[in-house]
Amino acid sequence: MFEYAPAPESRDIVDIRPSYGLFINGEWVESQGDERHKTINPATEEALAEISWASEADVDRAVQAARKAFTTWSALPGAERAKYIFRIARIIQERARELAVLESLDNGKPIRESRDVDLPLVAAHFFYYAGWADKLAYAGFGPRPANGQSGADPRPLGVAGQVIPWNFPLLMLAWKIAPALACGNTVVLKPAETTPLTALAFAEICRQADLPPGVVNIVTGAGATGAALVAHPGVDKVAFTGSTEVGRQIARNLAGTRKKLTLELGGKAANIVFEDAALDQAVEGIVNGIFFNQGHVCCAGSRLLVQESIAGELLDALKRRLATLRLGDPLDKNTDIGAINSAAQLAKIRELSAAGESEGAERWSPSCPLPDRGFWFPPTVFTGVAQSHRIAREEIFGPVLSVLTFRTPAEAVEKANNTPYGLSAGVWTEKGSLMLWTASRLRAGVVWSNTFNRFDPASPFGGYKESGYGREGGRHGLAAYLDWKLA
Amino acid sequence: MTTPLAEVATSNASLRAFLHGLPGVDRVGADARAAMLGTRSIKTTAKRQAIDLAVRMVDLTTLEGADTPGKVRAMCAKAVRPDPADPSVPSAAAVCVYPDLVATAVQALRGTDVKVASVATAFPSGRSSLEVKVAETRLAVAAGAAEVDMVIDRGAFLAGDYLKVFEEIAAVKAACGGAGENGEGGAHLKVILETGELATYDNVRRASWLAMIAGGDFIKTSTGKVSPAATLPVTLIMLEAVRDFARRTGRKIGVKPAGGIRTTKDAIKYLVLVNETAGPDWLTPDLFRLGASSLLNDLLMQRQKMATGRYAGPDYFTLD
Amino acid sequence: MSERLAVRKTYKLFVGGAFPRSESGRSYVVTSAKGDFLANAARASRKDARDAVAAARKAFPGWSGATAYNRGQILYRVAEMLEGRRAQFVAEVVQADGVAAKKAGELVDAAVDRLVWYAGWSDKIGAVLGSANPVAGPYFNLSSPEPTGVVAVLAPPAAPLLGLVSVIAPVIVTGNTCVVVASERAPLPAITLAEVLATSDLPGGVVNVLTGFQAEIAPWLAGHMDVNAIDLTGAGPELAVTCEELAAENLKRVLRPPTAPIDWMAEPGIERMAAFLETKTVWHPIGT
Repeated sequence: MFEYAPAPESRDIVDIRPSYGLFINGEWVESQGDERHKTINPATEEALAEISWASEADVDRAVQAARKAFTTWSALPGAERAKYIFRIARIIQERARELAVLESLDNGKPIRESRDVDLPLVAAHFFYYAGWADKLAYAGFGPRPANGQSGADPRPLGVAGQVIPWNFPLLMLAWKIAPALACGNTVVLKPAETTPLTALAFAEICRQADLPPGVVNIVTGAGATGAALVAHPGVDKVAFTGSTEVGRQIARNLAGTRKKLTLELGGKAANIVFEDAALDQAVEGIVNGIFFNQGHVCCAGSRLLVQESIAGELLDALKRRLATLRLGDPLDKNTDIGAINSAAQLAKIRELSAAGESEGAERWSPSCPLPDRGFWFPPTVFTGVAQSHRIAREEIFGPVLSVLTFRTPAEAVEKANNTPYGLSAGVWTEKGSLMLWTASRLRAGVVWSNTFNRFDPASPFGGYKESGYGREGGRHGLAAYLDWKLA
Repeated sequence: MTTPLAEVATSNASLRAFLHGLPGVDRVGADARAAMLGTRSIKTTAKRQAIDLAVRMVDLTTLEGADTPGKVRAMCAKAVRPDPADPSVPSAAAVCVYPDLVATAVQALRGTDVKVASVATAFPSGRSSLEVKVAETRLAVAAGAAEVDMVIDRGAFLAGDYLKVFEEIAAVKAACGGAGENGEGGAHLKVILETGELATYDNVRRASWLAMIAGGDFIKTSTGKVSPAATLPVTLIMLEAVRDFARRTGRKIGVKPAGGIRTTKDAIKYLVLVNETAGPDWLTPDLFRLGASSLLNDLLMQRQKMATGRYAGPDYFTLD
Repeated sequence: MSERLAVRKTYKLFVGGAFPRSESGRSYVVTSAKGDFLANAARASRKDARDAVAAARKAFPGWSGATAYNRGQILYRVAEMLEGRRAQFVAEVVQADGVAAKKAGELVDAAVDRLVWYAGWSDKIGAVLGSANPVAGPYFNLSSPEPTGVVAVLAPPAAPLLGLVSVIAPVIVTGNTCVVVASERAPLPAITLAEVLATSDLPGGVVNVLTGFQAEIAPWLAGHMDVNAIDLTGAGPELAVTCEELAAENLKRVLRPPTAPIDWMAEPGIERMAAFLETKTVWHPIGT
């Protein structure tokens, strides 16, 4: 037997302060409120640092700073803004290993993912949008060009209030901040309360890049801080990634304002495997679809729809494959499945899994010892799932796969679309025409065919229906940060 | 020869139907899987274990026009005792030579566990008549080769004449001798697919199954004379094939990547691939080999580094 | 010689390609800009709204699945039919808006031209809003706009024909289906337009027209869980807030009312089409 010895990434590379203030107007400031909370390592429950939860007054200070900075930042030539953003991208590359370790410590995700997926995508996102900053007139969102002239630069919106989730802390920050700055907006960003550390490290990066004060402000905190931010009258644009429930509240609260809103919310993606699929790659795609980042992925392929004729064969292969997954220390370079991000999330996963069992679905997990401390959940597969089961409808946001079968392409599409969500979907077939037929009928913003959970700054991402609106990434991602109403 | 799949080889049409009925391979997905497994970090005790295992899996190979009895004898000595200064280093699995040098190798290795493998069947191109290929195999076996590394007729394969490829492998297998149901007692047959010429992963999967159905004991990536030779994804496809074949027939077929594997790091990546694809059952020289020559010294250098804590220098290892 | 008594038209709703009365049996008096009685128009109820949404949903797969060329042809056909009834529309616009016949003629002409303009967009908007994305990996990656689904449209109170055409055409040309609440004050051109639509090869249910009180009908549409988007162009400030709040329940796409009056004669740009399009991005590996 070939046992891999522990291969932990060194955490000496990160320097975590005992406590953090807020990053407002280019300075670290003390919160005017009195809420201080520990952020913990979910793999060990060890406290990492004390974090301030910004009060309404703190949020106001941050918005004022951003408002003030907006005048000069938006007036800066695009080429100059671009250079700041390029600089940020480079610093992220230079500090990639440190940031990856910090992300894994605070979030619980395997270092292999933070190192090979999150951080490269973070840097790439800043690089991508940096290049747009001086080319906005070509993006198609400005006033229509007069005869023989190129269009004028489209205008930024102003101050963007951005609230991001805990599943990809730094990557979601990049998705929010990079396009906002490129378009000439200034930013107040609130990271999730369980994963603030990389956003705070990003504040330092802004300082290293000499970004003008107030262009990026980071206010840590929980729901109340986020609510204060999106409700602040000085905010012109709200971008939120998180649960559909909170997205709904924000949409309601913004009714009647002129704030522009983009939402990237939940999902319950179908991953459709047709009988002619490349099975070994489909198995990998299923694994990557639902067990990537412990299933803490809004676009996770949480519903496997497999054609009945190959269901047995595919499930056997999938179970064999799952037995090789390595769960444990997120900093170990060989870990595939890390820790669940928080006790609350673990409780939710447990509750829904219990519901799956009590509703009659069959539960299976590979033999998988869980560490004694920290928050853990084994990779889990439910078979015999019906569309009516809660585990087929509700977003679990954990390493739990629900398996359903179908008989015909039409039935696959019908079941795939039978959800209030519409963020992503997967299609596995070696037949090109069937792939395109299926992809064209799926009501989802991203369709991965013969692959899953691929991301790229050039590729627009976002949902249909209750998965939210607006797109992040690509040229489409600029629309959210420009005032492009054609008068 | 009987296998539960014998019926698929009754005609070109039935072979074609079977081989083209195998699930397809998506190249990008297979490449990504192999690359991900390549990121496994094998350290300390695991690395020590992996290095010794890799040494025991090496088919130490010389296949040059300039090969001489002297060169082969020196290589045999190296295979038996890779590091004269350290008797704890295990022997390599086999030496691999051209047929005319089998007798020399057999003599040099008498009384050791190191096997003699011979390439055959008009290696490396395979462009000769079946009679010549069978005769060459018989001669190699008669000279004492315990293992035969044959090449398939890639031209026939690419032309869709699967039956011809099948029949050649079966004929060579028969020429390996042995009275048992699967040729037990005869020379072990390694079937070289020359994946660099098959070009697509779908072809690699089909050729793997064809070779296994026809009675090969091992499937081997390459002759070493065509680029690309062994790659991680191609080996991944072949490991999936032997895994699935064993599930279907109960027979475990070996896999041998050959060519281009030069460093310990490379070798360990292959072992990880075996471990997580076909499974730990295949982590034995009986079912996995590494066709290589310069790899052995790198394994020895890494082994010494782990033992002494100092980086090793090439002048401290023999060049044979 | 006695004057012949005209045969008047009964103004009903337009739902699923048919012209039903309101299920509630209610109607309301519609007067001209000068205050003269014009007709008793149907006063749609929440159940009429519900039926209209069902009709729009039923029509969606076929209409969104039709080729862009086909949709463009049908919009052009609507323009042809409208042109053919020019005189009737001029008369209705004169009555509804109180404008002079010359001005009314310009407005009807602009409505015809607007339809022609949008008809041409059907097979071009995908090229303008879609993209082939150069991702850093061996993947083909294509983004294309797709219709959002069923769109509720609150037509502007003024410009009963040109404004109406200008809000319907951008919604349907891309493959959406819609439920339109016509101008409350001047609903008659909307029903006459429905007659044009009914004879223009437009499949039943693609456009459904409700007349009645916006404040009564719109909240039901805004809160309807099978409506994907709402255009609040015609909503007053209070109704707009109510509807936007209700729309949040299923995250409808909301096009807010304009901050300044819209010049319906000006070329509209693509914003109204873009507001009711989703971007779908498809990935596929590239390999042998």
